[in-house]
Amino acid sequence: MTWDVALILGIDGLANGAVYLLAGLGLVLIFSVTRVVFVPFGDVAAFSALSLAAFEAGRMPPTVGLVLTLALLAVAVEVWSLVRRGETARIPRAVLGWGVLPAVPCALAWALAGREVPHAVLIAVAILLVVPITPLVARLALQPIADASVLVLLIVALALHFLLSGLGLLFFGPEGFRTAPLAGGSLTLPGGFPLSGQVMLMLASAIVLSGLFFLAFERTVAGKALRATAVNRVGARLVGIRPARTALLAYGFASLLAGLIGVVVAPTTTMYYDSGFLIGLKAFVAAIIGGLVSYPLTGIGALAVGVVESFASFFSGALKDVIVFSLLIPVLMMRSALVKHAEEDQEEIDA
Amino acid sequence: MNAFIRSAIYAAAALAFTSAAMAADLKVGLSVSLSGPNSSLGVPYAKGMQAALAYKPEIAGHKVQLIVLDDGSDPTTAGRNARKLIEEDKVDVIMGTSGVPAAIAMAQVGRETKTPMIGLTPILLQPSEAEWTVTVAQPTQLMVSAVVGQMKRNGVKTVAYIGFSDAWGDLVYDALTKAAEPAGIKIVANERYARSDASVTGQVLKIVAARPDAVMTGGAGTPGALPYLALKERGFKGGIYGNHGLINADFVRVGGAAAQDGFMPTGPVIVAEQLPNDHPTKKVALDFRNTFQTVNNAPTNDAYSAYSFDGYLVFADAAARALATKAQPGTPQFRAALRDAIFSTKEVVGTHGVYNFKPGNLYGVDERSRVIVKLDSGQWKLVP
Repeated sequence: MTWDVALILGIDGLANGAVYLLAGLGLVLIFSVTRVVFVPFGDVAAFSALSLAAFEAGRMPPTVGLVLTLALLAVAVEVWSLVRRGETARIPRAVLGWGVLPAVPCALAWALAGREVPHAVLIAVAILLVVPITPLVARLALQPIADASVLVLLIVALALHFLLSGLGLLFFGPEGFRTAPLAGGSLTLPGGFPLSGQVMLMLASAIVLSGLFFLAFERTVAGKALRATAVNRVGARLVGIRPARTALLAYGFASLLAGLIGVVVAPTTTMYYDSGFLIGLKAFVAAIIGGLVSYPLTGIGALAVGVVESFASFFSGALKDVIVFSLLIPVLMMRSALVKHAEEDQEEIDA
Repeated sequence: MNAFIRSAIYAAAALAFTSAAMAADLKVGLSVSLSGPNSSLGVPYAKGMQAALAYKPEIAGHKVQLIVLDDGSDPTTAGRNARKLIEEDKVDVIMGTSGVPAAIAMAQVGRETKTPMIGLTPILLQPSEAEWTVTVAQPTQLMVSAVVGQMKRNGVKTVAYIGFSDAWGDLVYDALTKAAEPAGIKIVANERYARSDASVTGQVLKIVAARPDAVMTGGAGTPGALPYLALKERGFKGGIYGNHGLINADFVRVGGAAAQDGFMPTGPVIVAEQLPNDHPTKKVALDFRNTFQTVNNAPTNDAYSAYSFDGYLVFADAAARALATKAQPGTPQFRAALRDAIFSTKEVVGTHGVYNFKPGNLYGVDERSRVIVKLDSGQWKLVP
């Protein structure tokens, strides 16, 4: 291995790591607020990439049907629970929030499909289209069992992943897609190494988004509410933070992140209906490195996973994933040796 | 519901009568993947068979009935379909399907029930297990040795290999090692990646560092485009040679400009219009194009529908000779006669090649069943 090869591998690894970083932030966000390891995260990313590909092919993405169906179900569930509690006055609000709001990007998609519009608009609509998916799915499947054990939540999330990736196969077919490049051109580093615009875009979006993330958590009320819920659910309730509301916020944020990941990776990687799962899995390794609580450690872990993966593919292409996932063993050993174990997490009660 | 069941019974009874009255009809059972991940291959297979039936609706005065079942891309269902076709529909021959494991499952049922099977994909079976099975597909070795021949003509001395880390990648690599040595070509790298991988930068860097004259890829479909894109990105200047698993519109869509000028082997039907007039399969291939257009109201440009057509032509030729033995279709005697006839097939001209089957050999094609094509602005161009 020479220096230039190492440099190319390093840059490639950092670009992949940037994607895992964003996905890892989303996973940690959802887990810390709701205790759900949100396995279908990557599927949502794949949906945004494939929706964008459908737009580029001049078709209306079938994602629209999924979002509308989910929205209808969510409205039905919400109205039913309001009626049972006798709070009929809040029904219009529920219909607006759960039914009309998710339908807005669908209407946009319907209006734009097949038209000549700037590429940036298509990207924005593709992202917006997948934003409602996570909150809606969570409202239907996860909110009713929000107080179940972590294991039950994980299994439900896993079932949701199979459901979503199956739907992806139905919607988009087994073949892969690539979307038009977002950033053309390339920069030549000193020493003559080309750095493509796409890679720079991936790195820049990771830096900017994690910066925004930091600001949102430190400076906004909503961000502080999220942190409060993550630290102590019962305590947060006592000071007037509603866990269902913060969970919704977390799911919405994560969905937005997933949408961004999808459109950022789609120009450089062929996206299949099931490509998202592997992104999610590697981000999960990163999140584990961060103990599923620490954002900075998750970020470092994500970049490490990306770089290790890139070098592993050079040394042995066939064993690449084995090497990446076996990173977990020393990390877990180290964590359990270093971190003092409090008692096993108790089931919290907040009905 | 009752009325429905009753009418179903009447229909079944009526069907039983008619099939008894026309006992001499030949029956072809086709099981293909009309749904599931392999449906992009299975649907053309079914359409090609419809075209074949329209091309030759009668064999030696006997009408042919076609029964099509969907295996949902699942080998277990394919095996069950084969059993159903043989035991319930009493077909004389089974054909299929879109995946190698599923085709093997069908062939095993064919062997057990003593029913001839004409495979439409490559089948991996020991000759002793394949007494009732032939396939119209080209063996991988035949295709890859054509590629190696093209490398030799282009003056390639060293080649690097990058392919799937699965059975397909191994199959192509083994074929390459067998063909390269006699041609005096040295294999300098053997890199693998998984179908689901997002990037092959590491593997490609290693290949570029080995400085081969050319690269051979062992992928299929859209995931097969990955090495092309990565090699292009790294500015690899040598030739890139593919395999027949890449002859696919989706590969061209994803590979785009990166696969420009790539060489690949395929059956001649893909470039039927460009074949010289004295090519043995040209006439049948053009007939096939026309029939397909009339029957399905759409043009054909894939290899799969043509395999169905060839499978049917092999059957039609063998059935005509089996009927001459006076055995009645639908009987075990006829199936045995049909098997013997299939295994004595001589010079049957199809769209992909000229077929000669012998006992103990699954495959029946020779050098006439392959051409080298080059991808030029999204179109396959014949390399003479």
